[in-house]
Amino acid sequence: MVRRFGRTERALHWVHATGFLAMLATGLVLYLPVLSEAIARRNLVKNLHLFSAVAWAIAILLVVALGDRRRLAADWREIETIDADDRRWLRGRRAPQGRFNAGQKVNTLLTVAFALLFVVSGFFLWLGERDHRFLLDGTGTVHETLTLVSVGLLAGHLYLAVIHPSTRHALRGITTGDVREDWAREHHRKWTEAERGL
Amino acid sequence: MLGRAAFLGVVGAGLAGLFLGRDAMRLAGRVVPDSVEAIVPTSGWRIYTIGSSIPRVDPAAYRLTIDGAVERPVAYTLADLRALPRVEQVSDFHCVTGWSVDDVRWAGVRFRDLLAGAGIRPDARALRLVSGEVPYDDTLTLSQAFAPDALLALDMDGAPLTEPHGFPVRVVMPRMYGYKNVKWVTRIEVQTSLDHVGYWEQRGYDEDAWVGDSNGL
Repeated sequence: MVRRFGRTERALHWVHATGFLAMLATGLVLYLPVLSEAIARRNLVKNLHLFSAVAWAIAILLVVALGDRRRLAADWREIETIDADDRRWLRGRRAPQGRFNAGQKVNTLLTVAFALLFVVSGFFLWLGERDHRFLLDGTGTVHETLTLVSVGLLAGHLYLAVIHPSTRHALRGITTGDVREDWAREHHRKWTEAERGL
Repeated sequence: MLGRAAFLGVVGAGLAGLFLGRDAMRLAGRVVPDSVEAIVPTSGWRIYTIGSSIPRVDPAAYRLTIDGAVERPVAYTLADLRALPRVEQVSDFHCVTGWSVDDVRWAGVRFRDLLAGAGIRPDARALRLVSGEVPYDDTLTLSQAFAPDALLALDMDGAPLTEPHGFPVRVVMPRMYGYKNVKWVTRIEVQTSLDHVGYWEQRGYDEDAWVGDSNGL
């Protein structure tokens, strides 16, 4: 086995996943008429949604503040770098990949960008309802569009992590931290070669 | 770096969308079929309730009570309400949380015709509109209720109101936010003062809920 994800990375992943699912569940009840009608209790659900948002933000900040920030910064640099192999990979050709493949890079870039936009649009939804000087025209639209696209991303992410036979071993990496060496060589060759100093 | 550029591009587009998004949503509302709109609203209705379920009203047992500062309290059945002078109008609906539905076709009774049967006393100043969704209520001053586009609606878009939209009757006050548009109305109490504070006003919203001219504006 080789170590793919450290404790900070795994904590960040699962804190974000838990927060996202809590906000998604409560948010869909607020948003979709069929769920609003079935569950009602809007005040309660709205408070749960806001509470999950605040709890999520605090937990994310705590992980970053108390965790291995150098490691997270290195991850982010790697994720921001879409090289020639990544572009080939994204066009559907075979190309050797680093510790994050190009799809994971795109997914992470979108997830972080969406998290920031969810925070900003959610804050203005909350504030604008109370003070219409801050009720920006597209706040709800942005928050809802982010939700719909995120659900699509999550569906693809879950398929690859849980169902697809050749990729689902990655789930082990994000839960225990370790992946099989042969799997890593096949899926993340540039990473394993760099680790062995090749 | 391509990745960073993409990241900043998405964030920038999202921030720009905060200022532009509603127009895009209205456009989407015209393209998206109604069946999809009912499940995932773009420019469509959202259903807000304060209780634990949507009020279900038995139409046979339903009565709309009009009392308070009136000459003779009345209790209208649904058939009584349908026998009153009927008007139709097309108006937009605006929610205080930021969404709107354009061009809703309403039909119902003007408050002047509705209150004529009970006879409002000269000292009457306001209406307290009580919802079957306890403890929801809200108020309109008499002059607001007598606005040319204020209505007690029985029909929406050519059919009787559905339960999520306030069956059997709801208030339609298009130039005020939705929280003034009380659903499932069971009682109208004519009041001699403007002192009563409605459900959402107790929780911080403005009493005079003019669209575009209240709640901070």
